[in-house]
Amino acid sequence: MKYPYFPGCTLYTKAKKLDDAGRECSRRLGFELDELPDWTCCGATFPLVNDYHIAMSGPTRILADTKDQGGSQLVTLCSVCFNVLKRTNVVMRTDEERRQKITDFIERDYHGEVEVLHYLQVLRDEIGFEQLREKVVKPLTDLKVACYYGCLLLRPVKEIGLDVMENPTIFEDFVRALGAEPVDFPYKIECCGAFQVVHSMETATRCSRDILANARLNGADLVITTCPLCHFNLDDRQPEIRKGDPRFQTVPVLYFTQLLALALGLDAAELGFERNLIDPLPLLREKGLA
Amino acid sequence: MGEVTELKGQQPACQTDDGAGATCACAAAGGLEDLYSVPVDRRVMVIGGGICGITAAIDLGNADYRVVMVERLPSVGGRMLQLSETFPTLDCAQCTLTPRTVESGQHPHVTLKTCCEVVGLSGEPGNFRVRVRQNKTYVDWSKCTGCGTCIQKCPTKSYALFERDAGRMTAIYTLSPQAVPNKPVIDADRCRYLTKGKCGVCAKVCPVDAIDYEQQESYFEVEVGAIIVATGFDVYDWKTKMPELGGGRLPDVIDGLTFERYLSASGPTAGRMVRPSDGVEPKEIVFIQCAGSRNPELHKSYCSKVCCMYTAKHARLYKHKVHDGQVYIFYIDIRSTGKGYEQFIQQSVSEEGIIYLRGRAAKVFQEGKKIMVQGADTLTGKKIEIAADLVVVAAALVPNEGAEELAEILGLTCNKDGFFVEEDYKLSPVDSGSRGIFIAGCCQGIKDIADTVAQGSAAASKAQVFLSTIRRQKKQAV
Repeated sequence: MKYPYFPGCTLYTKAKKLDDAGRECSRRLGFELDELPDWTCCGATFPLVNDYHIAMSGPTRILADTKDQGGSQLVTLCSVCFNVLKRTNVVMRTDEERRQKITDFIERDYHGEVEVLHYLQVLRDEIGFEQLREKVVKPLTDLKVACYYGCLLLRPVKEIGLDVMENPTIFEDFVRALGAEPVDFPYKIECCGAFQVVHSMETATRCSRDILANARLNGADLVITTCPLCHFNLDDRQPEIRKGDPRFQTVPVLYFTQLLALALGLDAAELGFERNLIDPLPLLREKGLA
Repeated sequence: MGEVTELKGQQPACQTDDGAGATCACAAAGGLEDLYSVPVDRRVMVIGGGICGITAAIDLGNADYRVVMVERLPSVGGRMLQLSETFPTLDCAQCTLTPRTVESGQHPHVTLKTCCEVVGLSGEPGNFRVRVRQNKTYVDWSKCTGCGTCIQKCPTKSYALFERDAGRMTAIYTLSPQAVPNKPVIDADRCRYLTKGKCGVCAKVCPVDAIDYEQQESYFEVEVGAIIVATGFDVYDWKTKMPELGGGRLPDVIDGLTFERYLSASGPTAGRMVRPSDGVEPKEIVFIQCAGSRNPELHKSYCSKVCCMYTAKHARLYKHKVHDGQVYIFYIDIRSTGKGYEQFIQQSVSEEGIIYLRGRAAKVFQEGKKIMVQGADTLTGKKIEIAADLVVVAAALVPNEGAEELAEILGLTCNKDGFFVEEDYKLSPVDSGSRGIFIAGCCQGIKDIADTVAQGSAAASKAQVFLSTIRRQKKQAV
């Protein structure tokens, strides 16, 4: 099975390991991520103003390109890209007036025909978690994982529809398929501080601290996420959090594809952990996974 | 169901029996002799044996009409039977209700048909033929004396719907010590004999051999001139629909009706204030109002009307039991528009030291032994986190289970929330729009006990008006 794939900017830079591991795992699971040629930035935020059509022209062009290449689905790994593309697609499907304006502007014919999928959905709905379990070569036994969803993977639920908004379980089901144990994690859908980190570092630090402390409180060994921005905040803020509170126990933060790669037998040394501020390798060695 | 469509068209039906029914085959159903001692235009069926139905039945009985009251549960009393005390006077619910249930049971003109459900309707307004299913009770009530030995000896004690998980009930049970009728039934899902084929204790100890494990459900038909529907309400399924409130995963997050069972002197804890998880007295308690109500995006768009008052009542009853306890109430705004209601709220704040926080609770989760409640106080603009011992959710109230099926059978209309639609909200609030069928109480829209009772009486009165019109028309026709 071959899926048109939209990596997005961050996956070429800061979140390269999310992309690398995702691609490698897809090969091992028997599907192919076929990167769109000449893709552009998705816009990085879905415009919240109704008539800000220019911001939707980028994602619409990406979707129209997918359609023109004969793709009926488009897979993303990054929560932000997923959110922007999926919501733009909803507008293109349902709002005739806005669709007209945008397609006139970019001179393309697109009516929302493509289905935007997150990589997790491919695992759940196309591969199936049970089948995934069978393909695991190194079960992540004894590993307690806090599944951090953040906001953009789920909300707004009526447009995204990936999982239940207030108590999603797709991530936990995924983790169980890998043989690890998801911990109870009430802060799994709290905000990480997102873009606040740019102008109010303190806010992002506080948000990340609450999330990580709650993960630790519930016995998590590590936190996984799908979102480069969440990963950035949760990982990067930890030295700062520690400065403010010496008792704070650091927690390694991994991309879900890295965890998947470990379970599918990839060597930990190939997964780019040297980019993590909080090094997960000591933990993985302790658990016999590296 | 062919009969139903026939009725919806309001065509003249095949049944035209209008005589005194001593000759009517329906009388064979048993216990309906009094009903059939008068012509059909003097008989009324009341569906639902809550305080609304009881009120209507007693009113009609006193006016010399003959009433058959059909109730799904084993005894009458309805939701009010589950309540502890009632606002705004803090009267004991059982103490005010029991005289009415007893009266309905002993009234010479009211016949109770409990464990029964309406399954079909034919005939025409003024001469309905209602098909009723008698569900299995596994006890032959014609033999049973209500001695209660079976209940005392039953070895199964498990969680039961009536106690709302607040406590256990035996598998053979009555809903209350003052149950009307005071005859037990067996819960087939929990009974050891009926699930595993072993036990049979109740059959052994019954002095009159009334236990009948082989009992089958049966059907009978009743001919009545008018029908009053008073099927009441249920609690919104917040446990599955509102995961942000712990979604039923946290034992110490309960709904208001469950809290009533904890407060009730005849409840499973005999009114002792404890929390479900460990039986410890909660010292900090958080109430969350409008849980599922007034939320058109995700849940119910309407206001459930009684929650502001019952939450204030809960808070006060809790304070009467736990003097050093602290109460927090998350609210959107307080709707206390009944006689004496606003004063009740004011007293709760000024005299009982209850803290009202204006805002919605966003998230409820377990942290150690505490239940953490995060929300906003929109008056100070601050985010709040409270470490509580117990959280009580004032969940939205919805029409009782099966209301839509009943609407189908009777030819009534439901609104999008499942409440029966009245002919005119202001001027004909208890007329259903189908002639001869009246609606009253919470099945028409959520309301408090006072309004419910008023509607029960109104429906009884409208049924009499309808039937006397029918009689007059018949006379003129002759």
